[in-house]
Amino acid sequence: MDPKHTQLPARLHDIRKRIEGHARAYGLDFFDTVFEVLKFDEINMVAAYGGFPNRYPHWRFGMEYERLSKGYEYGLSKIYEMVINNDPSYAYLLESNADVDQKLVMAHVFGHVDFFKNNFMFRHTNRKMMDQMANHATRVRRYQDKLGVEMVEDFIDRCLSLENLIDYQAPYVKRRADRSARDEEPERKMAVGFKTEREYMREYINPAAFLEAQQKRLDAEAAKKKKLPERPERDVLLFLLENAPLERWEHDVLSIVREEAYYLAPQGQTKIMNEGWATYWHSKIMTEKALDASEIIDYADHHSGTLATSPGQLNPYKLGVELWRDVEDRWNKGRFGKEYDECDSFVQRRNWDKKLGLGRQKIFEVRKHYNDVTFIDEFLTLEFAVDQKLFTFGYDEKHQRWEIRDREFRKVKEKLLQMLTNFGQPVIAVEDGNHENRGELLLAHRHEGVDLKLDYARDTLRNLHSLWRRPVNLVTRVEGRGMLFHFDGKEHSERRADL
Amino acid sequence: MSLKIKQDHARFRDIVRGRIKQNLKKYVQKGEMLGKKGKDFVTIPVPTIDIPHFRFGERSQGGVGQGEGEPGDPLSPQEADGSGKAGQGEGQHILEVDVSLDELADILGEELALPRIEPRGKDRIVATRLKYTGISPSGPESLRHFKRTYKQALKRQIASGSYNWRRPVIVPYREDRRYRTWKQVPIPETNAVVIYMMDVSGSMGDEQKEIVRIESFWIDTWLRRHYKGLETRYVIHDAVAREVDRQTFFHTRESGGTMISSAYKLALEMIESDYPSSSWNVYPFHFSDGDNWSADDTRLCVELLSEKILPAVNLFAYGQVESPYGSGQFIKDLKEAIGARENVALSEIADKDAIYASIKTFLGSGR
Repeated sequence: MDPKHTQLPARLHDIRKRIEGHARAYGLDFFDTVFEVLKFDEINMVAAYGGFPNRYPHWRFGMEYERLSKGYEYGLSKIYEMVINNDPSYAYLLESNADVDQKLVMAHVFGHVDFFKNNFMFRHTNRKMMDQMANHATRVRRYQDKLGVEMVEDFIDRCLSLENLIDYQAPYVKRRADRSARDEEPERKMAVGFKTEREYMREYINPAAFLEAQQKRLDAEAAKKKKLPERPERDVLLFLLENAPLERWEHDVLSIVREEAYYLAPQGQTKIMNEGWATYWHSKIMTEKALDASEIIDYADHHSGTLATSPGQLNPYKLGVELWRDVEDRWNKGRFGKEYDECDSFVQRRNWDKKLGLGRQKIFEVRKHYNDVTFIDEFLTLEFAVDQKLFTFGYDEKHQRWEIRDREFRKVKEKLLQMLTNFGQPVIAVEDGNHENRGELLLAHRHEGVDLKLDYARDTLRNLHSLWRRPVNLVTRVEGRGMLFHFDGKEHSERRADL
Repeated sequence: MSLKIKQDHARFRDIVRGRIKQNLKKYVQKGEMLGKKGKDFVTIPVPTIDIPHFRFGERSQGGVGQGEGEPGDPLSPQEADGSGKAGQGEGQHILEVDVSLDELADILGEELALPRIEPRGKDRIVATRLKYTGISPSGPESLRHFKRTYKQALKRQIASGSYNWRRPVIVPYREDRRYRTWKQVPIPETNAVVIYMMDVSGSMGDEQKEIVRIESFWIDTWLRRHYKGLETRYVIHDAVAREVDRQTFFHTRESGGTMISSAYKLALEMIESDYPSSSWNVYPFHFSDGDNWSADDTRLCVELLSEKILPAVNLFAYGQVESPYGSGQFIKDLKEAIGARENVALSEIADKDAIYASIKTFLGSGR
């Protein structure tokens, strides 16, 4: 027996072995997983820290803890699952839960760990993050001891305010050339015009005006290269790390916040898939293998609790698991491809079954190569949207209330994708680090139909200013008009402007 | 695993305290903002402590949902809590925080720069209490300590060799018996009583009473911080005074005239019969709209106050609530006659905004 697992009581250890066996038999492929049994206040603490037993000190964890402990006191929430993307993975069991709950949690957890291990979005994540987080905690504590709690915490607040300004695609593409190539200062390129062998023809082939124009173009190109950043930089935090006048400890704290943001990002970008996947597997393992007859009622109760929907929200567990099942079903029956798509007989489509049995294979493939955006884009079908009764909603100014807007498939899907793109965050990039040639920072929001929340935007600019230490600007659109928001350290101002 | 979170939690509570302090004026003016919960806690709604981000406005964004309904149907009940669901904004939460009354009093004290109250006659006001402190070989049977007696007998039997482990019967002798003993411990007792008096004649409207209600909440909170056993008594008066319970105090409306002296007489009776100044800190608070029946009665009030009441109390406070009917004369008369006495606090409360300042006047003397 692995010594790490001896801390599980024998009873839970047996359950664990059984569930793990079932999971592996189904083909799930996961890191070794360590389960820890915690009391309710301990589990609330770990949950407040986002699953990590060791985080840097910050009040927002305390706030989360207060919220969670209250929820527990009032009997509103019992945290059922918490699992860390780490190798080995760590997951937590609430001591007071009944065996049937522990089984469910374990099955669910193995689903998550399989997803962490295999999905491409997680490939770049640090699998020793548990230790890394503890290191971060130590570093921040050291700064606090030296500089005072308030000062450091205050700075963390500011960094956190900017934490969503990272490049969510960066881990998967190469955005810029390697450093060494960039650092050389290029010589000024001189216009040479077209080549000619004959000296006397030169002035005719390359008249002075032409050379001048060419020189201008070359200079402009060079200037553009000198511009900081060369291209709009989506990783605003990185830009600040490289260019803002930060003290060493500030630099370190900012890089900690950035590192954690990048680590956590894929979990947000695969929420629907990941929760759906884990739910799919817990329900499969529980109903087909692990449930005792006496446990069925409790299981059904808790399972349906996880999948409950309310009109104003999408439950990622529900949407996810239904989509996975739909994909499996379609590939089992062969309801895909040209022939199926072109069939326009409703009855025929409904009864379509080629008995291919490819479902299981397909979902394992999908869990490897997709994230929420591509998953929804590719597999959310018209039939599915109708079956699941999906709709879009919006705020109605006239009635001062939220209303159902539309059930049209195209719009529902578009809205859903829009909400998931870029992690549901506005796309904001550094446009210029020397705006107006005064060392001001200019950020640009790529407006895609949804306005920013302006009071938040102003507060965020204030925080940005405290890092950049020169005036900061944000260009965005408000109600269809281009606006530039400016904060100079004392006052906010705004004016009409287009990028 | 030790709970490291305690430190973060404490930091969070500090921030909450700061928020409450910042908004104290607002809370002081609006009694309803404080939901009282249990005996020692109030629940305070604190505006969310949030870290701002660049993010989408919820109204501008909308979202995708699931369920029944036709386009145009309201989406209710709209739950603001999104807890990280895809794209759904969290909205503006109000965070409800439990704060103990002691903590609240501290915040009030810090923000208003209130001096701590030195309980009067601390040395004189002494009560004794029995405390069981030890064990002795003699005492009344009712205080016999079974376990110690048994142990003693066991020890003796073992020592004398009469203990038989096969048949472990322990028989205590007279000398084995042990009894609890006690000591008399003097405890400085700091008892306090607040006597609220209010004019309920026709000219005091609901708004005026609301002001009194809010003031009394803060006064209670502050005094309770300093006195463990705080009693409150309520007296209402028009032309005659009577003692009532809290509920009646705030909800009675009479139509008669006003004779303030009647209330002072009743208060004086209470003090003399129940709260001798040797062992009680006494706080009479009187609220009215400043109308009194006659100059004669006012003279009688001043006389009662300066000769009988003031020597017997820590602080006499009079709050004059402005009303469209009252003349507001009474406070002027009081100011003239006894305004210079150091245990008198007089305050005019024009509206709810003035509550804050008037609390400071009342409690700022540190008496």
